Amino acid sequence: MLSYTLKRLLQAIPTLLIVITLSFFLMRVAPGGPFDGERRLPPEIEQNLRAAYHLDEPLPMQYLRYLGDLVQGDLGPSFKYKDFDVSELISQGFPASLELGMWAILAALLIGVPLGVIAAIRRNSTADYVVMSTALAGIAVPNFVIAPLLALVFGVLLGWLPAGGWNGGAWQNLLLPVVALSIQQIAYIARMMRASMIEVLGSHYIRTARAKGLSEWKVILRHALRPAMLPVVSYLGPAIAGIITGSVVIEQIFGIPGIGRYFVQGALNRDYTLVMGTVVFYGALILLLNLIVDLLYSMLDPQIRYDD
Amino acid sequence: MTSSPSTSGTSSSLPPARNAADQARADTLTRLGLAAEAPGTPPLMEINDLKVDFQLPDGAVPAVKGVSFTLNKGETLALVGESGSGKSVTSTAILRLLPELAEIKGAIRLRGEDLLSASTRRMRELRGNRIATVFQEPMTSLNPLHRIGRQIIEVLALHRDLKGRAARHKALELLEQVGIPEPARRIDSYPHELSGGQRQRVMIAIALACEPDLLIADEPTTALDVTVQAQILRLLKSLQQRYGMAILFITHDLSIVRHFADRVCVMRHGELLETGATHDVFESPQHAYTRMLIDAEPAGEKAPVAADAPVLLSARDVRVSFTIKRPLFGPKVAFEAVRGIDLEVRRGQTIGIVGESGSGKSTLGRALLRLLKSQGQISFDGVDIMPLDKSGMRPLRSRMQVVFQDPFGSLSPRLTVGEIISEGLRVHHPELNRAQRDARVCDALSEVSLDPGMRNRYPHEFSGGQRQRIAIARALVLKPEFLLLDEPTSALDRSVQVTVIDLLRDLQARHGLTYLFISHDLAVVRALSDHLIVMKEGEVVESGSTHAIFEAPRERYTRELMQAAFAPDLGQTHH
Repeated sequence: MLSYTLKRLLQAIPTLLIVITLSFFLMRVAPGGPFDGERRLPPEIEQNLRAAYHLDEPLPMQYLRYLGDLVQGDLGPSFKYKDFDVSELISQGFPASLELGMWAILAALLIGVPLGVIAAIRRNSTADYVVMSTALAGIAVPNFVIAPLLALVFGVLLGWLPAGGWNGGAWQNLLLPVVALSIQQIAYIARMMRASMIEVLGSHYIRTARAKGLSEWKVILRHALRPAMLPVVSYLGPAIAGIITGSVVIEQIFGIPGIGRYFVQGALNRDYTLVMGTVVFYGALILLLNLIVDLLYSMLDPQIRYDD
Repeated sequence: MTSSPSTSGTSSSLPPARNAADQARADTLTRLGLAAEAPGTPPLMEINDLKVDFQLPDGAVPAVKGVSFTLNKGETLALVGESGSGKSVTSTAILRLLPELAEIKGAIRLRGEDLLSASTRRMRELRGNRIATVFQEPMTSLNPLHRIGRQIIEVLALHRDLKGRAARHKALELLEQVGIPEPARRIDSYPHELSGGQRQRVMIAIALACEPDLLIADEPTTALDVTVQAQILRLLKSLQQRYGMAILFITHDLSIVRHFADRVCVMRHGELLETGATHDVFESPQHAYTRMLIDAEPAGEKAPVAADAPVLLSARDVRVSFTIKRPLFGPKVAFEAVRGIDLEVRRGQTIGIVGESGSGKSTLGRALLRLLKSQGQISFDGVDIMPLDKSGMRPLRSRMQVVFQDPFGSLSPRLTVGEIISEGLRVHHPELNRAQRDARVCDALSEVSLDPGMRNRYPHEFSGGQRQRIAIARALVLKPEFLLLDEPTSALDRSVQVTVIDLLRDLQARHGLTYLFISHDLAVVRALSDHLIVMKEGEVVESGSTHAIFEAPRERYTRELMQAAFAPDLGQTHH
């Protein structure tokens, strides 16, 4: 298991390098630069600024310089928030993003799994049809549509919850963004859980469990739930990635001071280092969480063993 | 579960107060010699006029059409029939574990208690306790995520309220009884760490945990190798003697029944055709279908080819190994599935390769056709084929074809039979136009005795035997010289097997085909091949003319195989 983990971590390096390279050059292809503002700076000043940030060097040099700094753990200074390093901004924004993301993934599991199980047990009943068609709608509508709708209905029209803001992560402020962020994952997980539960319930060892004289309830909880969860667990990797990318938009819409907002604003301002920093950070995070999910899978399924 | 017993009038009365109709039926049974025990001793289980209909969207499909039989204490009753005969539906009805769309009528009584009108709770008390089951699929019948000890203890906790140390102790005792080596170590194993035979032993341990009155064994040995099959049957027999339980033994294989059951019920199309003591049924079957089943053992022998017949395929020192582990540091770990095999196949010959699962027989077959990477020398019709790449092999492919075991999985469900058969023609004979291809497809279908008019249908519309004929037609359409037959009859009922064997024989005679026939079924191999190779663990144990080996096997392993296949001695008990 240790050697497997090491191997996976080593494999993550080239993946991360590809992500960095792509986003580095894509950023530079985008028109405009970090110092283009409403008011044009005098050429000498802009020249000085560019030199200070090494933007006057040829692109490959800049790329190598960035990689060199990155290896030393230096994400560079932000071009826009001039008094801050990118790493400072990320560590400032991370707690809010983490809280939002954790709640979203928890909601996706705690709501998606039971819904899927109920739909599977009551297959082809009204409950099944309601859950599945709602789930389909949840998948079909993107979160950037759901989020403003939620804010409009519950924040503005009904006035039950704040339409935006963070307020230190109070539950009233968390509720709408968490719903907007998790609804798609709830839908995916419910559908996936239903399908795998139906498959497991038809398997031979479930027949054995029934032939043992167990009640249907025990058959489901003891024998069917864990194997049926396996596909959901392996989906957690992509789900986490989906929630992270989703949070970029959601944070912006609800005005949450997380990393996602820095990312969007960094991209609009051509704040190269800030965008690169968030990409590297989230890229590494997604790879790490995927590894954790795979290790978790092997713990749930004894047939999967990452031998040394 | 819909269960509406039609004889509800009788079910309310308790066993001693039988009504006249039941009494009359019992008397008839006694007169016919079907009730083994003296009148007055009620049978353990009584099934009267059992009917099961599956309510499907386009109408009810009857699966069991009024079946009646009794089972006495300590007795073994075999329920014999081919696929679709309703034998498994009957046994599942006893447990009331049929899907909800099944409608059950009639009466099933265990010690006088009507099971069809019993409450769900009562049924749960009986299942795994008074009525236990061992299923056909040992590989998938245990929960893959639970340790085997836990799966045994679960029944003990449920029905015997046995927990903790006492339950574990009892589970160890059961594992010991069913012949699991080192039970103390094995009790904490997961199912995938055990072989098929061992898993079936664990299933038996679960079934016996509460010392049931009735054990339903639904094809318990079908998925196992012959030598393991014999061990499991011996084990069941010895445990039956020990616990005095009755066994309802469901099987399609009459050869097992002869040595195992006291009485036999023969079923076909949901009806009970014949019931009687095993000896009587085998000696003087009353029904033509029973006769046919008994005679369905593949017969005949193949004459050897001339000693100077030209060699079509020859192989020297063929080795196949699979990488099973590739650690980060250090050398990769390989498993050698085929370990240096020499082979010569002459034109017109049928070489049979027999061996149990894992012996490497299928791997060898695929390596010979270069469908798998291997080392060694292989030449086909004098051409060394080892150095050839994919495109170099392609012209030869039409001359060497394969028929696989699984007639359900090896035909694409999205293509019509005509498309499946003509696909090879498109590759190897692009010069043919549509009409010519169609004509070749029709010829191939007629060759395998299928109506060419069915070529526009899809595989699911055909039975297992028909599908295997389609697979053979697919191979034949290219007019090959060499056919690799990888267990082509193993998934088929005995009676269908015989017809497929006749077909293969007939085709060989007509077209001078050369066969490499891979099978675990010695009876089929004996009927079809003139030369035999016995494989074990990737090596040849014994080879020679089929006749000579069957007459006088030289090696101990060959003798064991034959013993297990043709005369399992169920009297002895050892593991």
